[in-house]
Amino acid sequence: MDYYLKRTAKIPITILAVATLTFGLIRLLPGGPFTQLRIELLQQGVPVEQVNARIEALQNIRPDAPLWQQYIDYLIGIAQLDMGESISLGQPVVDVIAGALPWTVFLVLTSTVLMFVIGVLVGAVQAYWEGSRFDQFFSGGSIFLMSVPYYIFAVIFVFFFAYQFGWFPTGNAVDRGLEAGLNPTYIISVLHHAALPIIAFTIGGIGSTALNMRGNSIQVLGEEFVEVARLRGLTDGRIATRYVAQNAILPMYTGLLLLIGFRLGGTVVLEEIFSYPGLGYYLIEAVNANDYPLMMGCFLVITVTLVVAVYIADLTYGLIDPRISTGDSDGY
Amino acid sequence: MATEADSSSDEIDWRSEASSVEVTRRERLNEFYRKRLYEPGLIAWSDMRTRIGLSILSVYIAMAVAAVFGLWRNPSPNQAERLLAPFQTIQYPLGTTQSGVDLLALMIDSTPFILLMVLAGGVWATSLAVVVGTVSGYKGGAVDSAITSISDFVMAIPGLPLVIVLAITLSPENPIFLGVVLTINYWAGLGRSIRSQVLSIRQKSYVEASRTMGTSTPRIILKDILPNIMPYVMVNFVLAARYTIFASVGLYFIGVLPYTGQNWGVTLNNAYNQGGLFTFQALHWLLVPIVTIVGLTFALVLISQGMDRIFNPRVRTRLTGESETVTEENESATTESM
Repeated sequence: MDYYLKRTAKIPITILAVATLTFGLIRLLPGGPFTQLRIELLQQGVPVEQVNARIEALQNIRPDAPLWQQYIDYLIGIAQLDMGESISLGQPVVDVIAGALPWTVFLVLTSTVLMFVIGVLVGAVQAYWEGSRFDQFFSGGSIFLMSVPYYIFAVIFVFFFAYQFGWFPTGNAVDRGLEAGLNPTYIISVLHHAALPIIAFTIGGIGSTALNMRGNSIQVLGEEFVEVARLRGLTDGRIATRYVAQNAILPMYTGLLLLIGFRLGGTVVLEEIFSYPGLGYYLIEAVNANDYPLMMGCFLVITVTLVVAVYIADLTYGLIDPRISTGDSDGY
Repeated sequence: MATEADSSSDEIDWRSEASSVEVTRRERLNEFYRKRLYEPGLIAWSDMRTRIGLSILSVYIAMAVAAVFGLWRNPSPNQAERLLAPFQTIQYPLGTTQSGVDLLALMIDSTPFILLMVLAGGVWATSLAVVVGTVSGYKGGAVDSAITSISDFVMAIPGLPLVIVLAITLSPENPIFLGVVLTINYWAGLGRSIRSQVLSIRQKSYVEASRTMGTSTPRIILKDILPNIMPYVMVNFVLAARYTIFASVGLYFIGVLPYTGQNWGVTLNNAYNQGGLFTFQALHWLLVPIVTIVGLTFALVLISQGMDRIFNPRVRTRLTGESETVTEENESATTESM
């Protein structure tokens, strides 16, 4: 239980540290993010007090307060889910993010699960028939897949399936003017829009998953306990699932934690290519528009999502590997 | 001398070392070269994947050389017909862009930049990971938990978004600096896995022997631990290099990194944004940078897969079987213990 307690306590600490980092970055950014805006507003003849009030509303920190006061205001704001107002969109950052976050989570979750399942299955079959034509073909394929960045698939898909053949939309998460709801039209529209990004993101990860699984399975297949299980006359299905697969997947599951981080970061490029309105898309939009509150909000929320995702994965790790629940996670 | 030291027990090790360091320095270097570079190299070369990977990589090095010495024309607008298809003329083998820039010239021109960046990213990420991983794994205790907490925190920040935010702050234009920025938090995950390897190595009797003899920590890490994790580090160096390419091209592609002239990602971005998506006539404009990028990462992945063989003790033993000396038997034993 101590492990779970420690692990849970880590979350607020990490989030605090990341919030401090974003605060520091906002302060660090060249000339201060609001210098340009202030000059613009002053040039338009807006009185100084109004400019200050406007900037305060945008950033949720008072520009003339001492640094520690700004820092505390910033943290309190975040705790109250107030991340200021987006300069380019004119809405509260929280609203923009609340609209974007589900799409990103949907994209990453679906494609990561698909990637993991397909990769594990392919790798397991490869390992079982090691050296066969199937194995050779897929090993070559996996190495090739590993060397193609996911956004290349995205670009090629957009070129052929969206622009040339017109089978898929070139932007947005659902058709315009469609009411959100659990009706078939809406769900089909969502899937239609998400299909290409998910497929591109999934294919990009299958190669390394399959190769890992293949390597682990081959190692496990050579272990004595598998031989013993065979001699005991257990069915092939039981040996494959309980003995080989479980032991081969375990080390990959830890790698999955790291992978979630890379994949969450990867949506930035993916969503930009498909104009898919997730966190990454708004991050880039904010960068291009010099919209610092939105940019930092997106960055903060992507990080918090990652922290939570890794936490959930960490907790479920105990369900798969009974050894972990008693000791700490580092008992290698 | 080193041979004897290796083959005999640890007790003799320190005595022989203390008595004749001067004499054997050259021999030791030789030995190091043979055991850590030549033999692994031989095994790696015997693997088809490494051979293909190195051949492809040499093409890129040739491209870099061509760029540095100006063996191919510099890219410039209107130097040829617009949107010339590839493989039509010998003069412009890869065709041209919409503004009439020779695509091959574009690709060659940015090779040195990309290679430097990739090298910098790989070296930075792996060397930092090695330092962090070995120190934290070997030292244990407070040092370990401090380092682990820090890398846990760093791992909790998603790489690309962090790089995007940093790119705005720092606008990295120097390839070496850019490589470092791109892999700014890559070391954390790698450091963790190196740490877990070191944890098992430090239990080994020869490390314990060194420790009881009072050998200093840096020396133990350098002499006893590092050689054992070197193959793993090499493989991960290549993977870090691959990550640097993925990240840089992706970020250039979406236009976040500052443009320092044309490069593969910028070309892809231009093709994507300036009408490359709409017609098949412009398809090669997209495909040329894609093939260039994939070619380099493919070479790196092949090399890393081939180098993985050095891990495999069975392959090692087969090689040592050909020349039956005490040293090499011992060598395979150390490899096996990894």
